[in-house]
Amino acid sequence: MVPLSYYLVLSAILFACGVAGFLIKRNIITIFLSIELMLNGVNLSFVAFAAQLNKLEGHIFVFFVMVVAAAEAAVGLAIIIAVFRTRETLNVDRVNLLKL
Amino acid sequence: MLALVLFFIFAALCVGGAINLLVQKHPINSALSLIVVMGSLALIYLLLGAEFVAAVQVIVYAGAVMVLFVFVIMLLNAGEEVRLPHESRVATMLGVPALIIGLGITAAVVSHLTGLDRIAIGGPTVMNGSDVFGNPQAVGHLLFRNYLLPFEVTSILILIAIMGAVVLARREE
Amino acid sequence: MSMHLWIIPLLPLAGAAVNGLLGKRFPRALVNAIALGFTAAPFAMALWVAAQFAGLSPDQIPHIERYATWLSAGAFSAEYGMYLDQLSVIMMLVVTGVGFLIHVYSVGYMEHEGGYYRYFAYLNIFMFFMLTLVLANNYLLMFVGWEGVGLASYLLIGFWFLKKSAADAGKKAFITNRVGDFGFLIALFLLIKHFGTLQYDSLWPLISRYPVETGAAGLLTAIGLLMLVGATGKSAQIPLYVWLPDAMEGPTPVSALIHAATMVTAGVYMVARSHLVFNRAPDAQMAVAVIGTLTAIFAASIGIVQTDIKKVLAYSTISQLGYMFMACGVLDYVGGIFHLMTHAFFKALLFLAAGSVIHGLGGEQDMRHMGGLRKYLPYTFWSMTIATFAIAGLPPFAGFFSKDRILWSAWSSGYHVLWLVGVITAGMTSFYMFRLWFLTFFGKYRGPNPETVAHGHDADAQHAGHTGAVQDAKDAHAAAGSHGHRSPHESPWVMVVPLMILALLSLVGGWAGVPHSLHGSDRFGTFLSPAFNEASATPGAAAATPAEAKPESEDNSTELAFSSISVGLAALGFLAAWWLYYKRPELPERMAKAAGGLYTLLLDKYKIDELYGAVIIQPLILLSTNVFWKGIDQGLIDRAVDGSATDAREASDAMRHMQSGNIRSYAGWVAVGAAAVIAFMVWRGVR
Repeated sequence: MVPLSYYLVLSAILFACGVAGFLIKRNIITIFLSIELMLNGVNLSFVAFAAQLNKLEGHIFVFFVMVVAAAEAAVGLAIIIAVFRTRETLNVDRVNLLKL
Repeated sequence: MLALVLFFIFAALCVGGAINLLVQKHPINSALSLIVVMGSLALIYLLLGAEFVAAVQVIVYAGAVMVLFVFVIMLLNAGEEVRLPHESRVATMLGVPALIIGLGITAAVVSHLTGLDRIAIGGPTVMNGSDVFGNPQAVGHLLFRNYLLPFEVTSILILIAIMGAVVLARREE
Repeated sequence: MSMHLWIIPLLPLAGAAVNGLLGKRFPRALVNAIALGFTAAPFAMALWVAAQFAGLSPDQIPHIERYATWLSAGAFSAEYGMYLDQLSVIMMLVVTGVGFLIHVYSVGYMEHEGGYYRYFAYLNIFMFFMLTLVLANNYLLMFVGWEGVGLASYLLIGFWFLKKSAADAGKKAFITNRVGDFGFLIALFLLIKHFGTLQYDSLWPLISRYPVETGAAGLLTAIGLLMLVGATGKSAQIPLYVWLPDAMEGPTPVSALIHAATMVTAGVYMVARSHLVFNRAPDAQMAVAVIGTLTAIFAASIGIVQTDIKKVLAYSTISQLGYMFMACGVLDYVGGIFHLMTHAFFKALLFLAAGSVIHGLGGEQDMRHMGGLRKYLPYTFWSMTIATFAIAGLPPFAGFFSKDRILWSAWSSGYHVLWLVGVITAGMTSFYMFRLWFLTFFGKYRGPNPETVAHGHDADAQHAGHTGAVQDAKDAHAAAGSHGHRSPHESPWVMVVPLMILALLSLVGGWAGVPHSLHGSDRFGTFLSPAFNEASATPGAAAATPAEAKPESEDNSTELAFSSISVGLAALGFLAAWWLYYKRPELPERMAKAAGGLYTLLLDKYKIDELYGAVIIQPLILLSTNVFWKGIDQGLIDRAVDGSATDAREASDAMRHMQSGNIRSYAGWVAVGAAAVIAFMVWRGVR
């Protein structure tokens, strides 16, 4: 029997990894991957609580999270492609035309 | 007992994949390690009796979304990350894992203090598969009755995302 | 039946509106016609109303007409209505009659002035407000007239507003009036609070129920004293008289009308109208009498040494107003109003004659440069002579009867000290008036050589009286040609005729009030005293007029004796003036040098203006500049406004750094924000 907190700790670790990658990485695609990692960590929390409370709403919510993540990935990658065409780089530090 | 062991194995896989994602310089390596994470997460879902979610995770998340990521990485053919000269490698090498481990320890302490670790889930019933919990039929019942409206709304959301992606990625003529 | 009294004040208002709004484009003749027409009409109507009034039976007096409710707030309401009793009939006749004569005179006096239409518009506005004041049937409407005449006075004193001294004098008059009005307002508030109304006909019965406040000072004493404050402001008594001498900056007909005959008498009228209050407040009435008497002798002492002809008359006005207050203070309201009427006649005449002299000399006002004018200005001389004899109180001229009545009332009510001071002041009055008379009309002409007046006109620095609206005056003088370019000359008929009419009135005006001791029937007193009977307030209440109960014959001889004392003193004043200013004209200078400090003190008007300036005005200016302007307005309010702008700018400057264009910093901010939200939610969940 696995205590609930273990799942939550794992979820926290995954989420933290995602945040760290989001802040540190310079490649835009890697940043997107970190976002996906964050979402996965959260999904784990939902499922864990669903198992603990014996309610299926957690699964439903995970389902919706995945839908939204998919949509967001599609649109985000489209944007990256559009930016890449003009800026020729995937480095976010170079995409700074709005800099004062 | 078995559940605990399995959990630790899969958890180790997850964490390893996550840290690898951070460490790798080339985005394709990061993408592949994310797929590893997703896979092990799907196994953990199975441990928790979430069969439908585990299946969807593998089919949609790992099988479609990540494939899209890999495809774009290869399309753009971006190279490794260039390290800026003044950036400190030591800070990143040591700091990031330290941060993560620190957070993990914090979470552990907090959950111990709040008594969450006395709540046990999983176990033989779950591992053997329950007929009423977590299977597609149960999920479907809930989804198409109580949560029909959000379901329809998300379908519209997907439609919009498709249109947006098509418009944004279109080559200007 | 309604006498439509509302028409009387409204006629001059209509004239003012027409002249004020359209008069700029009218020819002079049309402006004249409008101004005079709208002043003659109320006078004619006033005569008609008086005739109607004479036919009223005693229980129809006071005749009240109510036209509309002006305001109604809770239990308090004030209406627009008119109140006609003997007192208001007399005031109305004086105001419209003397006002009309002065309007006629102004046509000639202001002939060469610019802003002609403006002058007559202001004069008509003054008539409107003054008539509202005397005819109102409640204190609130009277206060409207009260304030309005103050406004008209300001406008007219500062008529030549380009001249700094005139503008300052106008301001001084208005502000000093306002100080008095503050007291008056508090009195009105007390009336509203304790009686709930300001209507005369509702107030009189309510006040009558109060007993006489001997011993402790009570509500009615407070009201009386506060009304007195208002009256000292309007009628130039101590301590608020300082504006009247400065008001001589205005044109002379204005001084005649406003600062001699009518506006300054508003205070006396108000005290007389509130007689029920004063009858019951011995402390207040004593204050009235004392202030009046003190002012009389104070002003007379200053008038003795003044060299400007108009200033002498100004101080004389203050002094004579003091007599009227003295009369009211000893509860002889009839005497006060009688003197008000005769004073209106001879003081207006004095001012108009002085104006005629000034006009004839082309603007000279300093008596040291006059002299021997009786051969140049005969009509003016004779009118002024009559007026001077009248004010000195020599029989059978008007001033004798009224002044003597007051002095007799003072003595017989027991105020012997006041009588003594009043008699001494009468002597001083006679002295300085005859001094003026001798200096102006007798002796050798001390002005510039008549033959050189024509050629030296443009360089003439003696245009003190007319140099206000400089541009207009210069144009007018250049255009007129014939005026002021010769030796002193008599004024045109349009100015002389009012002089003659007023002279006649100064002669016979007193004959209406010949007392019984001189075998007269005192028609004036018989007519007016019912207005001051307690019986006019509530039927059957006891009368409160003094000195009625003593046997007649004993009074008569004492009264005659006292009259002869005052006449004797007046004659003494005449002789002193004759000696000093006709026989031995070099004496006054030697006396002045001998008196030294005392002379300068009198010449400087006891330095009261300087005292007020140092004690009241300077601190106020300092307070306004440093505290209100620099401290609060600039430091607090401006800084609040500017400061909020500066703060907004600095805040947005700080916030600007969030929008750096650097994607990773955005990412960082997103993470920080998310962490904050999560922390908040955890905190809420843990609680």
